[in-house]
Amino acid sequence: MAWSGDDREQPLGTAEAGRIREAVESVYRTESRRVLATLIRLLGGDFDLAEEALHDAFAAALDRWPRDGLPANPRAWLVSAGRFRAIDVLRRRARFDASVADVADRLGDGVTQPEAHDDETIVDDRLRLVFTCCHPALPAHARVALTLREVCGLTTEEIASAFLTGAPTVAQRIVRAKAKIRDAGIPYRVPEPAELPERLDAVLQVVYLVFNEGYSASSGESLTRPDLSGEAIRLGRLLVELLPEPEVRGLLALMLLHESRRAARTSEDGEIVLLEGQDRALWDRELIAEGRALVERALSSGRIGPYALQAAISAVHAESPDAASTDWSQIVGLYDVLARIAPSPVVELNRAVAVAMRDGPAAGLARVDAILDRGDLADYHLAHSARAELCRRLGRTADARAAYRRALELARQEPERRLLERRLADLAAGAARAG
Amino acid sequence: MKYLCLVYSEEAALEAVPDRECVDFDTTIRSDGRCLASEALQPVHTATTVRVRGGKVEITDGPFAETKEQLAGFYMIEAADLDEAIRLAAKIPPARVGSVEVRPVRPIRETVAAERSA
Repeated sequence: MAWSGDDREQPLGTAEAGRIREAVESVYRTESRRVLATLIRLLGGDFDLAEEALHDAFAAALDRWPRDGLPANPRAWLVSAGRFRAIDVLRRRARFDASVADVADRLGDGVTQPEAHDDETIVDDRLRLVFTCCHPALPAHARVALTLREVCGLTTEEIASAFLTGAPTVAQRIVRAKAKIRDAGIPYRVPEPAELPERLDAVLQVVYLVFNEGYSASSGESLTRPDLSGEAIRLGRLLVELLPEPEVRGLLALMLLHESRRAARTSEDGEIVLLEGQDRALWDRELIAEGRALVERALSSGRIGPYALQAAISAVHAESPDAASTDWSQIVGLYDVLARIAPSPVVELNRAVAVAMRDGPAAGLARVDAILDRGDLADYHLAHSARAELCRRLGRTADARAAYRRALELARQEPERRLLERRLADLAAGAARAG
Repeated sequence: MKYLCLVYSEEAALEAVPDRECVDFDTTIRSDGRCLASEALQPVHTATTVRVRGGKVEITDGPFAETKEQLAGFYMIEAADLDEAIRLAAKIPPARVGSVEVRPVRPIRETVAAERSA
C-alpha cells in the first residue's frame, strides 16, 4: 500500500473532495485515540513510534481519500496505513542501528498480530492504553498528563493551562513517562484479574482528579474549569463502556451528579453558592437522571465502593426538591457505610456535618472537635469552616470568628476566600446589631 | 569470603566512564572466577519501589528513599515485564517490613559487543 510517489490521478470534484476532507477531520475527532491505542499495541508498545505512525496515517488519508473515496472501515484503513508506514521507518533506522532491525522484522512478520493469548474476547485497545498511562510505577503527575494527552487527545498546552503549570513542565513529565514505559518494561496490557481492582483504582483516581481540577480549581481565580470536567466525564463514559464495573459506574455517577449542579454553584458575580442556597431549578435534570440510574446499578451489584456511595449521597441531595426537605438521615446512613469501607478524616468530617443537620449543631460540633483534637485535618480549611458554621449556629460567636479566621488562613482559592470573608463580615454585623 | 560491591554515582558523572571500559573490566574479573555476578543498571528514572503493607502491594515510582532503611540483600531476576518483576518482588519476605527497589538491567555487554562488531 504505497501512497507516496504515485501518479496523481484526477481528484474528485472540489465539493466532493472538500466533503471528504471534512470526513477525515471527523474521523480524527472520533477515532484517532482508538487508532493510536491499536498502533501502540501493534508497534510493540512504542508510544512515540505509534504517534508518528498515527500522524502519517492521517496524512495518507488526506491524500488518498479525496481521490479514492471514504474507505468502508476508516479505522482499519488508518491502523493498516500507520503500521506499514512505521515498519518502513524502522527499516530505514535499522540501516544505522542494528538493534532496530530485529524489531522491524518482528513487527513486519505476518499481516495480523495475534491477540494476547490470555484474552478470551477482543479487548478494546483504549483499555490497554488507559491502564498503561495510569500505571502505578509512573509518578502521579505523569499519569494525569499522559492520560489527558494519549487517551483524551489534549495538547500539551491545553493540559498545562488546565493545571496552571508551564507547558515545558508538562512536556517533560510526558517525555519522562514514555521513557519509563519503554526503559522499565511497563507492559501494554489490561492487568490480570488479581491486580485489576487496585490498578482500576489508580485509573479512577486519575479521572476523578481531572474532574475535580475542573470542578473546583485548587487555586486561582476561576472556581471551575468546565472543559476539564467535561473531559473527565467523557473518560468516565468510555470506561463504563469498556469496563462496566460497579465503581466505574459509581465514579461516572458521582461526576454527573456534581456536574448537574454547575450552573447553580456560582452566582452571576462568580461567587460561591453553597448547596443549601442553590436554585435547584438550575440543576440539570438529565444529568441527575443519568447519575441516579448509574448509582442504582452500581449499588445493586452487591460490590459497594466509595465512589458509588459518594454518588448515592449526592443523589439524595439531587432528589430533594429543596434544602429543607433533604433526607439527612439517609445521608448519615450512607456516610456510616462509607466510613466503614473507606475511612478517612474527611469522610468523618462530612459525616459530622450531616449529623449536625440531622441532630443539631451541638452533635455535629462534638464530632468535628474530636477530629481536630486528634490532630487530624488541622490544615484543612473546610474543617475549620465547618467548625465555624456550627459554632455560629450555637451562638458561640467568638469561637466562630476564630475558626473562620483559621479557615481563611488556609484557603487558597479566591472565591472560597471571599465566601469566608463574607461570613466573617456577617458575624461582625450580627455582633454589632446585638451589641 | 563473598562480598557485594555496590556502585553509587551521580548519573551525570557516570558519563565520564565509558561502557567499554566497564565491560572489559568485567571480562577480566570473570575470567579468573572472582566475579560471580555483575550488571549495569538502567538510570534511576526507571526505578520502581515495592512495599507490602498489611498484605497489600504498594507500588511507587522512583527509587527507595527511606533514609532509615539500609541495604539488606539482592535478587537478580528474569521477568517478562515490569508487572511480573513487581509481582515477584512483592513476594520477597522483607518487602513486608522494608522496601524493594526494582530496576531494569542495562545490557552493556550486548551493546558494547554490537558497537564493536559494527
